[in-house]
Amino acid sequence: MEALADRIIPPDPQTPGGKDSGSAVFVDRQLAGAYGSQEGHYVRPPFINGMKNQGAQSEGGPRKDYRDGLAALDKICKAREGGKAFADLTDDRKDAVLKDIEDGKLELEGIDGKSFFALAIKDVQTGFLADPIYGGNHDMAAWKMIGFPGARYNYLDWVSRHNEPYPLPPVSMVGRAEWSSNNSGAK
Amino acid sequence: MHKRNKLGGGIGAAALAAALFGGFQTASAGEIDSMNFTAVDRGRYLSILSDCASCHTVPQKNQPFAGGRPIETPFGSIVAPNITPDLQTGIGSWTDDQFDNAVRKGIGRNGERLYPAMPFNAYTKMSRQDVMAIRAYLSTVTAVYNPVVANTLPFPFNIRMSMRVWDGLYFTEGEYVADPHKSAEWNRGAFLVDGPAHCGACHTPKTFLGGDKTAQYLQGSPLQGWSAPNITNDTRTGIGGWSADDVATYLKTGHNRITAATGPMAEAVDLSTSKMTDDDVKAIATYLKSLPGEEKPQTAMAASSPEMRAGGAIYRDQCSACHGQDGKGVDRLFPAVANSSMARADDPTSVIRIVLRGARSVATDQEPTAPGMPSYGWQLKDEQVANVLNYVRNSWGNAAPAISPDEVGRLRASVAKRSD
Amino acid sequence: MARILPKKDVVIVGLGWTGSVMANELTDEGLDVIAIERGPWRDAPTDFPPSQMQDELRYRIRHELFLRPDQLTFTLRNKLDQQALPMRDWGAFMPPNGVGGGGVHWNGEMWRFLPSDFVLKTHLTQRYGAGFLPADMTIQYWGITYDELEPYYDRFEYLCGTSGTAGNLRGQIMEGGNPFEGPRSRDYPTKAQTQPFSHTLFAKAARELGYKPFPQPSGNLSTAYTNPHGLRMGPCTYCGFCEWFGCSNYSKASPQTTILPVLVRKDNFTARDNSEVVKINTDRSGKHATGVTFVDSSGETWEQPADLVILSAFSMFNAQLMLHSGIGQPYDPKTGEGRIGRNFTHQTISSVNGFFDKSKFNFNPFIASGSIGMCIDEFNGDNFDHGPLGFVGGGYVGQVQTGARPIESALTPPGTPKWGAAWKTAIKDNYLSTVKPGTGVHGSFYAYRDIYLDLDPLYKDRFGRPLMRMTIDIKENEAKQNRYLTDKFAEIIKAMGATSLAKTYRTAPYDATTYQTTHLNGGVIMGADPKTSAVNRYLQSWDVSNLFVLGASAFPQNAGYNPTLTVGALAYWAADAIRNQYLKKPGPLVDA
Repeated sequence: MEALADRIIPPDPQTPGGKDSGSAVFVDRQLAGAYGSQEGHYVRPPFINGMKNQGAQSEGGPRKDYRDGLAALDKICKAREGGKAFADLTDDRKDAVLKDIEDGKLELEGIDGKSFFALAIKDVQTGFLADPIYGGNHDMAAWKMIGFPGARYNYLDWVSRHNEPYPLPPVSMVGRAEWSSNNSGAK
Repeated sequence: MHKRNKLGGGIGAAALAAALFGGFQTASAGEIDSMNFTAVDRGRYLSILSDCASCHTVPQKNQPFAGGRPIETPFGSIVAPNITPDLQTGIGSWTDDQFDNAVRKGIGRNGERLYPAMPFNAYTKMSRQDVMAIRAYLSTVTAVYNPVVANTLPFPFNIRMSMRVWDGLYFTEGEYVADPHKSAEWNRGAFLVDGPAHCGACHTPKTFLGGDKTAQYLQGSPLQGWSAPNITNDTRTGIGGWSADDVATYLKTGHNRITAATGPMAEAVDLSTSKMTDDDVKAIATYLKSLPGEEKPQTAMAASSPEMRAGGAIYRDQCSACHGQDGKGVDRLFPAVANSSMARADDPTSVIRIVLRGARSVATDQEPTAPGMPSYGWQLKDEQVANVLNYVRNSWGNAAPAISPDEVGRLRASVAKRSD
Repeated sequence: MARILPKKDVVIVGLGWTGSVMANELTDEGLDVIAIERGPWRDAPTDFPPSQMQDELRYRIRHELFLRPDQLTFTLRNKLDQQALPMRDWGAFMPPNGVGGGGVHWNGEMWRFLPSDFVLKTHLTQRYGAGFLPADMTIQYWGITYDELEPYYDRFEYLCGTSGTAGNLRGQIMEGGNPFEGPRSRDYPTKAQTQPFSHTLFAKAARELGYKPFPQPSGNLSTAYTNPHGLRMGPCTYCGFCEWFGCSNYSKASPQTTILPVLVRKDNFTARDNSEVVKINTDRSGKHATGVTFVDSSGETWEQPADLVILSAFSMFNAQLMLHSGIGQPYDPKTGEGRIGRNFTHQTISSVNGFFDKSKFNFNPFIASGSIGMCIDEFNGDNFDHGPLGFVGGGYVGQVQTGARPIESALTPPGTPKWGAAWKTAIKDNYLSTVKPGTGVHGSFYAYRDIYLDLDPLYKDRFGRPLMRMTIDIKENEAKQNRYLTDKFAEIIKAMGATSLAKTYRTAPYDATTYQTTHLNGGVIMGADPKTSAVNRYLQSWDVSNLFVLGASAFPQNAGYNPTLTVGALAYWAADAIRNQYLKKPGPLVDA
């Protein structure tokens, strides 16, 4: 999962990738919770496959999808890439495998590869951009990268300041470094 | 039984007293017909002034005056007794003298001394007529069978004999005597504050024995996990910056342009002061605004200190959306923290508690919104609570003693045990 | 076996906007009122404080404040010959849950409908001829006119402290407002909100193209305000966490900020939360309601008798409860007969995202409120000549971006890979310089013969009752309308200076998986004719005269505007009818 996260969001000198920013941790926690078990969804039978625009009719849920999908990914890699699991491939090979899955050229066993990869992209990117309390976006790295000031509530003095960069660093729901006196920078 | 005696004694004080106390030209020896509507209604109002319902009623339980509510004291909890007319478990079979002795002398039915959780040392200011009117009203409320064991204090405080000593030290019996050099309104206010409304019970600090520190009259006191503020005219920590109108509005509606009533004061507003007449809250305001204010100088913490800068960051991120970057809040919705005596109080118990646990302000008919402040105890560490409070208490012209993280930690621990 | 509770004068099903309005009105009338709400009580300082509310994952992505489909959901199909499947998770819309209803999490957009919207069929037929309308379009007269509703529009606006600029003040067209709006009797209670950069830039571009942009009327207030009940609200601080979220600082109009604190102080008002009404009960004649049956959180069934029943659940749930209670004949699209479930509509939504040069444009898009925006109304209703265009209807378009919460707003220009280094660089380069209007094209959705609600033959809810089935699609008329509006909108976004655009049209088939507002309407429509409507012009059931059905379920068709202001106005209108007419002489207020 970490390997997958690091290809979906590769590291670069300025900003960590999916792995170091914690996206795999995020996905793991989400899958362990309500999201993973489709809690709150209508899960009564019968499960009939309909049109795509009628919405997912999945009995399993994301937890099952990831277990099946990651296992299938490793299996196909071992078969196709000389016995190596996904995480052991070079970055280029990983990207090639993923691209083929995305394009529908490479199928996974027991699960629709395109949908699974789309799910992983969505969840890894969500973890990257969510509040750090959920495990990803470590140290608000993603927010710093894009310029989102985080869990703020008061922009009253900035509404009319058009086309000026907003100067304050991002804050998460559990604060920022400047809240502690031994770390204080600008207000 | 009607006994009507002529009013004796000196003309001046008695006439003033008569004018103040509702126009009863004939003061009797106390026997008031409980079927007399005027007496009952007067007693109802006096019981509101005295806030009897607050201590003698369990909140949310629809049994007014039936007792059973534990009253916190520094020595432990005492349970307020049943004062409905129930013959067995209430005061239905008490004589008038027994009732009067309890209310104005602190002596129970069987001669035992009452603890000053019952503020007899304030109620002594009322006249026997007043107390008999209250009795008349209480005899009309629904009788409730509710046996209450009142004395739940731990040893040695459960020995009532020790109250003798206490009374000797702290209790001065006697009705309110008007000051002829002051207006009728001022006198009415002084009577209310020191008498039935017993403001000093919360707002005057106590000695270790629980008696009033009279030298610091109304200058604020801690209780029930809060700090009741200074209500003398100190401009930094008291109501020196309030107008009489601000005081009256606060008492009547629970809110004014500066702050809002919360905690135990919310209850006092809800059950007592919001139901006082406009003239009475005005009188209280007039009296309080006449009191001196001690101006203890205080230097503000330097804005550039690390604690202030950190506090400013927290304030900007968390507090300013309601309280404003300028600290002025929104009129009668979010209290101002700039130029706020409560924020600057020397005893920071209330402000720390509000940040840790949040607070709901009182709803009255005139001000029904009852805005609430959320709790931040889960989000802010002790050091961060201290930082943001130090920032609030020392910005925009405020100045207050610094709060330490340890202080926050101690209060966090003690407040965590509270259910309110 | 249901246990029977003591009788009340009034039972209100659902304590959202309409339930709160009606409860307050009827308690003022001295009636003993109980409101029963399926969801929990909701209160700002404890449920959505400003220390926790700014959590996109929790409240938007996982939609914590909303109904859970396993509590109640619907099935969906596009056409009559298809099998409907359950909406196992929400997508196209998201039903509210809890006291305050949609009023807790809405954006606060407060639009009046046009005068022509209420007399749509007559108006369009007169202008274009009957043949111009699609044969299967079933639009019809509301039973009231704009002029009759105007004082109630005013009332709800002043309840909420709506911030706006009047466009038509007693017939006089005012600069800076919407020149197309119906006449209003007085100005807005508070002035319009200040607009952030991109919204201001949109207005400038629109003006240069010859349009008359105006600020979207907003239930996020521009200043502190005290409403007629004495409740105080504060100024909105543009936090950008509006729709999907409760407001933490008392600046968004909701039942919580505008009515409930006064309502709960009344001795003659009771509320039961976490209790789901499952049936409206009628007597043996079927013409008189005797109260409701509800199930509490322990699964116990109770009966609450009452003399007057107000159905104030969300629009869809109103229709569902009518069907489950057997009140009113269910609609059959094949015969065209029946009234319950007909004229079901949604909203026709699309948008255009604009990508700008980051070295020239920094929009700080996270600074916004729910109802911020500069809009134009040239293409709404019948404000323009449809003759050459081959469709009817329209909507407002505007830069109404409500914020830029990153999970949903870190967009990339068309053609960017969806993952990898290119994606990462693209979100970094575009976040601050993207215009993402959201519901930028907000079009009407007219009614059709085969777009309707009924009960599903297969799937059941947790009580064993059939789920309600939605049969809904995007008709050619709406697709054309949307294409036209979207193209016009795109012109303005381009004129703002965008380097590239990402345009999406709303097309068939109706997609249950992409969000299109929760403006679901109809199913229990109002009208002048009992043969083609379920409730009369006072929202009183034609079938059961002591039952009133409030909400957007009453809309015979949807206009090109957000529904809430009209929903609120109709609630006050119905309350007035009950107070001044019905209570004096209970019975049908309109001859059938």
